Amino acid sequence: MSTFLGMPRGRVPGPPADTAVGQLTGERPFPAAARDALADTRLRRNLAHATATIRSKRAAVVGEVPDWEALRDAGSAIKADTMARLPELLEELERNVTARGGTVHWARDAAEANRIVLDLVRATGAHEVVKVKSMATQEIGLNEALEAAGITAHETDLAELIVQLGHDKPSHILVPAIHRGRSEIRDIFAREMADVDLETLTDEPSVLAAAARTHLREVFLRARVAVSGANFGVAETGTLAVVESEGNGRMCLTLPDTLITIMGIEKVVPTWRDLEVFLQLLPRSSTGERMNPYTSTWTGVTPGDGPQDVHLVLLDNGRTRALADDLGRTALHCIRCSACLNVCPVYERTGGHAYGSVYPGPIGAVLTPFLTGVTGGEDPNDSLPYASSLCGACYDVCPVKINIPDLLVELRAEHTEARAAAHHLPSPEAAAMAAAAWVMGDATRFARAGRAATTARHGIRRGRPLLPLPPPLNCWTASRDAPSPPAETFRDWWKRTRGGRS
Amino acid sequence: MRKGGRKTTSQRVDARRFCGEGRTHGHSDHHGCRLHVHVDRFEALGGQAPLDPLDPLDGEETRMRIALFVTCLGDVLFPDVARATVTLLERLGHEVVFPEAQTCCGQMHTNTGYQHDAAGLVRHHVDVFERALAEGCDAIVAPSGSCVGSVRHQHAAVARRAGDEPLAARAEVVAARTYELSELLVDVLGVTDVGAAYPHRVTYHPTCHSLRLLGVGDRPLRLLRAVRGIDLVELPAADTCCGFGGTFAVKNADTSTAILADKMSSVLTTRAEVVTAGDASCLMHIGGGLSRLRTGVRTVHLAEILASTT
Repeated sequence: MSTFLGMPRGRVPGPPADTAVGQLTGERPFPAAARDALADTRLRRNLAHATATIRSKRAAVVGEVPDWEALRDAGSAIKADTMARLPELLEELERNVTARGGTVHWARDAAEANRIVLDLVRATGAHEVVKVKSMATQEIGLNEALEAAGITAHETDLAELIVQLGHDKPSHILVPAIHRGRSEIRDIFAREMADVDLETLTDEPSVLAAAARTHLREVFLRARVAVSGANFGVAETGTLAVVESEGNGRMCLTLPDTLITIMGIEKVVPTWRDLEVFLQLLPRSSTGERMNPYTSTWTGVTPGDGPQDVHLVLLDNGRTRALADDLGRTALHCIRCSACLNVCPVYERTGGHAYGSVYPGPIGAVLTPFLTGVTGGEDPNDSLPYASSLCGACYDVCPVKINIPDLLVELRAEHTEARAAAHHLPSPEAAAMAAAAWVMGDATRFARAGRAATTARHGIRRGRPLLPLPPPLNCWTASRDAPSPPAETFRDWWKRTRGGRS
Repeated sequence: MRKGGRKTTSQRVDARRFCGEGRTHGHSDHHGCRLHVHVDRFEALGGQAPLDPLDPLDGEETRMRIALFVTCLGDVLFPDVARATVTLLERLGHEVVFPEAQTCCGQMHTNTGYQHDAAGLVRHHVDVFERALAEGCDAIVAPSGSCVGSVRHQHAAVARRAGDEPLAARAEVVAARTYELSELLVDVLGVTDVGAAYPHRVTYHPTCHSLRLLGVGDRPLRLLRAVRGIDLVELPAADTCCGFGGTFAVKNADTSTAILADKMSSVLTTRAEVVTAGDASCLMHIGGGLSRLRTGVRTVHLAEILASTT
């Protein structure tokens, strides 16, 4: 086994992700989208309930693993190693998939990946495909691309089916319909499932699951082409792996003649032994289960058994761009467990749609801008790194120890620097920050400013300023009282009472 | 006089713990060796290692010279917190000095994306407190988990990003001797009973940076439990953020307020009269909300409770 020790800097970055296609950018900056989401009382209730449930399940099953921290360190180290020698591992994966009868395609961006899949489906003559839940296909907007070409994509994961039938967008990496309550789901099924019996359809989870099962069974038996993502691709054998809970994945991966898998290039792992670490980390972090019900692995084509036409599409779409950044590449360590979403105080209240990207929550707030690039302008994705109080709960639960708060802080710096480079005049915020830094750069200036601030106490009555505050300070007093400045700063008190001692 | 400080971050991460006997999930020969290489190479992978236990002062080393890092917010808006820190440390028999040239750690600039501006403030902070250490101070203390978190976790990184490696090295030396108040009391001064009395019903909010960046753990609670007359009640969902987040509170004011609402709701279920914490900034946020809604609950900094004797 070769071990790459360095993290080379200054590589030529790849192109940013294609945002014209797919679901990596929303229409509005985060604060505006969040404002609407926060006012949606049903959304708030559903999110609070669901995230609290998953949080406590996760905490319980993680707590029972004595070497959890060592596992996290192992996961982190394997990912760092993988990123450091990604090109050779991908070529090894390609060699082994090909040797076992599969075909490997390389897609630079979303549009290219969609074109490759579309051509493959067309070549089979099929007009419909069944899908295993896949973030990569959501990212590239594959369903929309297939739809535009007259090919129907059937989502078979229960939550993805709810999203699809609701003409909606996923709002969570693992639980894409987390924003929906069961009565809403019942309404969607009643409206969209032609074959459903309205008399017996209640909002009981078991009844809803049974309705979905009946609805999907026919599709499984009919479909000739399946499209999946992959949780892992094992370079040493060319094996792909999907981890799921419902068995729909197993149906898709075994019944059809043609299987097309779209996998982000960061999902490769060197060896089967590395899977050992991730198959312990992933289910406990994501669903709060000791082990997920279904883990499917397949290696190329097995003659006479399962799909006989097997394809792997390796997707870049901004990943080599992130890889070239020594901080950004740590965002590629993500195994899409979504533990960070469930503990995030921001996500818990705004939900996923406010982020605009198919990757929401703390990891989405770093991964998305690393993939699409920080513009320094009004791009909604530039607002994502600010959608965090930097509380650090995400870092604590990340199974591969991605230091999300540090990445957020770095992306904020990249945003302000890109903005400064693109404009002659500093933004009002940049000017205020520079002024503050100038004042704080010297104790005499700072003492004078502090003394001036104490006079402001006369302008505040019972927490409210007598005169309207200019933005953004009025955002503070909209919901919180303003602190009343003291009559004397600490340093003046010190000087007065301890004069001469310092 | 005690001169020992913390080890530097790189010393704290012990690569060997990822190897061999520490592993229980198999294949230790394979992963162990590779991890060893990786962790040696990328110390950041180790994240926040637990702090080394510090030797409490023995009987002969009772008097320490402590430099107060008051924080900009403590100086200008919350001088009572800083004065309480002085009162407390002097009552415990230590000498407090206030390096008057100090201003701000630069956390607001760093966390808002203005690292270039922050680098100047880091340089100023390091100049001031390096001098204090050279002039015989044993330790630096701030009544703020967030500002100590910035000093310990961000200063060297900000300096490195600005290309100033010598400053980064100096910042690490200053950071290693900088303590949050509860850390200083429990780990360095070796006290949990500071002789305080505070006959009120109090609940404690562990601020995110003290909890997660510094790992103060239950130190503040141990200090509070020893206070005479206190009626200390547990805060539900205590380790959830209050929604402050510095400029987050104005850039994403709606989300910040939504998070605050739940924190206030937790506080109110305790029927406490006072909510306390180790950070004046988070208390400004929680207190601003509690006051706006006229809840009848007030915020008091941990230092003020510990300094109180009536």
